[in-house]
Amino acid sequence: MDIFKIIDDFQKIDGDAAGRLEYATRRHFMNRISSKIAAVAVPTVFASIVNKAYAQSAAAVDVLNYALTLEYLEDEFYKAGNAAANLIPASDKAIFTQIGKHETQHVAFLVKALGTKAIAKPTFDFQYGGAFADIFTNYKTFVTVSSALEDTGVRAYKGQAGALLADPQILEYALQVHSVEARHAAVVRRLGATVLANPAMKGWITGNMGAVPAIYAGEDNMTQGGVNLKGLASKSDAAVTEAFDEPLTKEAVLAIAGPFIKK
Amino acid sequence: MNKIIKTKSNSENKEEEITSVVNRRLFLRSAGLATSLGTIVISACTTDDHDPNPQIPGTGDTVELGSGDVGVLNYAYALEQLEAAFYTQVIATPYAGMTDAERTILTDIRDHEIIHRDFFKAALGNGAIKGLTPNFSAIDFNSRTAVLGAAKLFEDTGVAAYNGAGKLIKNGDYLLLAGKIVSVEARHASVIRDLLNPKSADFAGDDIVDANGFDKAVAPADILTAVKGYVKDTISGANVGK
Repeated sequence: MDIFKIIDDFQKIDGDAAGRLEYATRRHFMNRISSKIAAVAVPTVFASIVNKAYAQSAAAVDVLNYALTLEYLEDEFYKAGNAAANLIPASDKAIFTQIGKHETQHVAFLVKALGTKAIAKPTFDFQYGGAFADIFTNYKTFVTVSSALEDTGVRAYKGQAGALLADPQILEYALQVHSVEARHAAVVRRLGATVLANPAMKGWITGNMGAVPAIYAGEDNMTQGGVNLKGLASKSDAAVTEAFDEPLTKEAVLAIAGPFIKK
Repeated sequence: MNKIIKTKSNSENKEEEITSVVNRRLFLRSAGLATSLGTIVISACTTDDHDPNPQIPGTGDTVELGSGDVGVLNYAYALEQLEAAFYTQVIATPYAGMTDAERTILTDIRDHEIIHRDFFKAALGNGAIKGLTPNFSAIDFNSRTAVLGAAKLFEDTGVAAYNGAGKLIKNGDYLLLAGKIVSVEARHASVIRDLLNPKSADFAGDDIVDANGFDKAVAPADILTAVKGYVKDTISGANVGK
């Protein structure tokens, strides 16, 4: 067992571990190096530090970097969209300026929260491998992709809530961003109803209707908490599915976002 | 152990936090709560357990939401009751000049809130608080401005309430359920705000979203104070999430 290699690797995941290890080393390694109990005490102490760090930090760091990837994507998308000439009509500028502002703020917060653990900004291809070639010249395409990105963001944050149960403060931050993404999604979907001439497109998601099927897969779920809600309060299936937004796994989100990410 | 469970999580004190999480899990398991929502009937520690007519709306009663996750679910149920009652009234007595588009939106929202309300009631079973008696006497239901203003307040409050309650929830299944609902409330808030001030930045305005791009997260005590004037019963949420 190469403990220094492990410590080194481990520090890459959790910088705070270094401080705790230093403390443990001083106390148990240096003071008791000649003691008979050192052989058992050191691995025990090390294991407890590792467990603590993984439970408190690694999962959260993972979630935050995943969120940062998506926020980088959104931030770059709106920066390009808001800067593009003749793309967003004057009447809708205020909406996309506000959304862009929030995405920039989310990136800034996450970068600060993660510190040295923050991932580098990826390089993006907003044309999605050619599928959205007119992304910054055709407003319809822009609105479609914007609504898809926001709805994906809502599903992505929701899918990580459970992973943050042990990190209450980070969970709360994530929830506070999650609902802002939902506000964005709703207002862009309202724009979409007119811009895309699709009056069925409401602020909320009906069934699994959407421009990009993978993004809305599972949104037609009728079962909540193990109970099928069909016919609840004599409401329609459409209303039941609208009343609950569904999560997406990280794998599903990255599969959707993948073609946007070049590097 | 009680003392440890009640200790507020503090990121500075990770040892305590871990102990707290472990104790919470043990506590939940022993309380039979660590199972999926659909398979459980929650027995709550509410003072209404002995109410002979638990589903008859109260008039000025004290309603105890209960403790732990049950308390959080009852808290959500209480807020959904108010929202559902509000939009039911909005559709029953439409304000002057309500457009077809507005009626469609407000009917959709009404239905979502009724579904949320009835879902919580069913999920809580015997642990559910009784039906609350709303007090909307301060709202002029004939005025578009008054109705949409109240709707905005209710939706923003709902978002802040769910955001603030998230970290009080111990069971991951309940947390996900709250997450599934809060984003729909945020969609409502956004649309209502867009009706009030179309195509402006107000859908996620600087009055509600801070400089980090964060929505509000507000603790139950403050939310219950904020909605106090809209319900005749006195809601006690002192033990929610504890």
